[in-house]
Amino acid sequence: MKRILLSREIMLAFAIVLLTGGIALRFPGFIAPNNIALVFNDTSILIILALGQMAVILTRCIDLSMASNLALSGMVVAMINAAFPGVPIPALIGLAIIVGTILGAVNGLLVWKLDIPPIVVTLGTLTIYRGLIFVISDGAWVNSHEMSAAFKALPRSVIAGLPVLSWVAIATIGLAFFAIRRLPLGRSLYAVGGDPHAAVYTGIDVGKTRFMAFSIAGGLSGLAGYLWVSRYAVSYVDIAGGFELSIIAACVIGGVSIAGGIGSVGGAVLGALFLGVINNALPVINVSPFWQMAISGTAIIVAVALNVRSERTKGRIILKRAEAAV
Amino acid sequence: MSVMKKLFASAALAATMFGGVASAEDMRIALVVKALGIGFFEAAAKGAEEAAAELGGVEIIYTGPTDTTAEGQIEVINALIAQRVDAIAISANDLDALVPALQKAMDRGITVISWDSGVATAGRQMHLNPSSNSLIGNMIIKLAADHLPDGGDVAVLSASATATNQNIWIDEMNKVAGNYAGINVVATVYGDDLADKSYREAQGLMARFPDLKAIIAPTTVGIVAAAQAVTDAGKIGEINVTGLALPSEMAGHIDSGASMSFAIWNPIDLGYAATMIAYNLAKGNDVAESGKTISMGRMGEVLLDDDRSGAMSDPFVYDASNVHDFKDIF
Repeated sequence: MKRILLSREIMLAFAIVLLTGGIALRFPGFIAPNNIALVFNDTSILIILALGQMAVILTRCIDLSMASNLALSGMVVAMINAAFPGVPIPALIGLAIIVGTILGAVNGLLVWKLDIPPIVVTLGTLTIYRGLIFVISDGAWVNSHEMSAAFKALPRSVIAGLPVLSWVAIATIGLAFFAIRRLPLGRSLYAVGGDPHAAVYTGIDVGKTRFMAFSIAGGLSGLAGYLWVSRYAVSYVDIAGGFELSIIAACVIGGVSIAGGIGSVGGAVLGALFLGVINNALPVINVSPFWQMAISGTAIIVAVALNVRSERTKGRIILKRAEAAV
Repeated sequence: MSVMKKLFASAALAATMFGGVASAEDMRIALVVKALGIGFFEAAAKGAEEAAAELGGVEIIYTGPTDTTAEGQIEVINALIAQRVDAIAISANDLDALVPALQKAMDRGITVISWDSGVATAGRQMHLNPSSNSLIGNMIIKLAADHLPDGGDVAVLSASATATNQNIWIDEMNKVAGNYAGINVVATVYGDDLADKSYREAQGLMARFPDLKAIIAPTTVGIVAAAQAVTDAGKIGEINVTGLALPSEMAGHIDSGASMSFAIWNPIDLGYAATMIAYNLAKGNDVAESGKTISMGRMGEVLLDDDRSGAMSDPFVYDASNVHDFKDIF
């Protein structure tokens, strides 16, 4: 199974390289090193969120509320920054993560304790969190001139050639690698998604594991909330509207199975990068806006089709081996 | 808070009920807004007071409900009818719901006009739009051209490709683009009114057109995202971001120099013009008929179309000299 996943990631990486090459034929500036860095930086937020979403999807759940969570956490810290410019930025980032984690934990609790299907829970909280932004902000924007200079400067300050925003994504990838490989929680995410009943027999609390997955996704949404409002220097009710679908698409393209239990950190990151490359390439290669949507959609369907095929062959191989054994 | 608001509102209502009696000869013009306490309308009231001072013998009754509902406005209108004001100038919360109440007012000889947000034709004598599509189309390219004496490449960053108002404004802009020598509109891209997509589209424009001199974004999400993208790319001074936006949203980008100027209606002018029109109609100086013009004092004249609605003026230009006076208003 590991071999299949690995080859899948290599295939995806190959597809990204091919895509980038194709774009470079039409717009050579696209493969300039500083442009590649720009694309990675632009995709950083999507990578962070895709990793959170992966944790949830691995447990056979889904979180549709991540973009709303991002927008609400972002609005909370933006409003605090506007009202009290003296609050230090690390405190605000910590607060964004805490708010996000709490919002994610609400999803997790509803799924765990009330046993409501995750798609229903998060469809509800998607609207509730979005509505809460309106309640706390009264529909008003927090604008660039109201945010403190330090608040806006952090994600774009450059360390060793890359903006902090990119470094945050890299750190998140590193942490995710470690957590998935080394921590008991990382392993139980797979166990719960792969076969919840078997997981119970091995002593894993399925509900609690899902709760933890939602909380992690929430915390990462909160972090992304700060990064988003400071990067675009604006916060209003609709920010990141519809972004939840890009996050899920990144996971699906990266080979994270919607049925749970299958997926890897590398896959989710590559899936996000694949979308990031498309998103950044379409504006420079001059494609009609109507085609842009069709192209993004086609990429997702092709990825899912490949997923389904690879999962099916996996099943067959097992059967063949079983037959051979008999 | 809401109790206080209601207290204030009823105090204001009581004041309007009794306040007018003392000076019966004055013409009393009621400026009815969507809701009290909104900066935009407070500014319009300031304009109305300016018109009243200029005309003399005019009393402005600035009123409205505490929340933006048609029911609240109907109550206010009925109170104004009871006070027998001379004119009502209203920014409506609903196109149709206010028609019966306003017809009752007109039956009692009260001049009724709508401004900013209109009422159906049956419920008002005329409607004053802040601007018109052709004026906006001309203004957005003029904003870019004014800072490009030698000409150059400009690009448009719109909302979605299917946004009707955006497309109309861009069409009107392209119609008059020939009047601005040396200005080449090289592309129109769509940010879908999403901050991240608009930001990427602005980055794409800068990559595709190294000689780009201006980005015109007739949408507030787009202009803010483009200004941030230009700032992050270190191209302040090379590329001027302009278009339509609110002063509160753009003040920071005007300060940074990413945007030299932008435009939107001026609420003070709007309140002024609405008051002037209401005065002239109530006095009988002008009549509200299709094809006729009504005087608006320093704002010139408004020409009424088939629906008896007209456009006040070019959008008002905001730049470093005035944006801070308006950023707290709207």
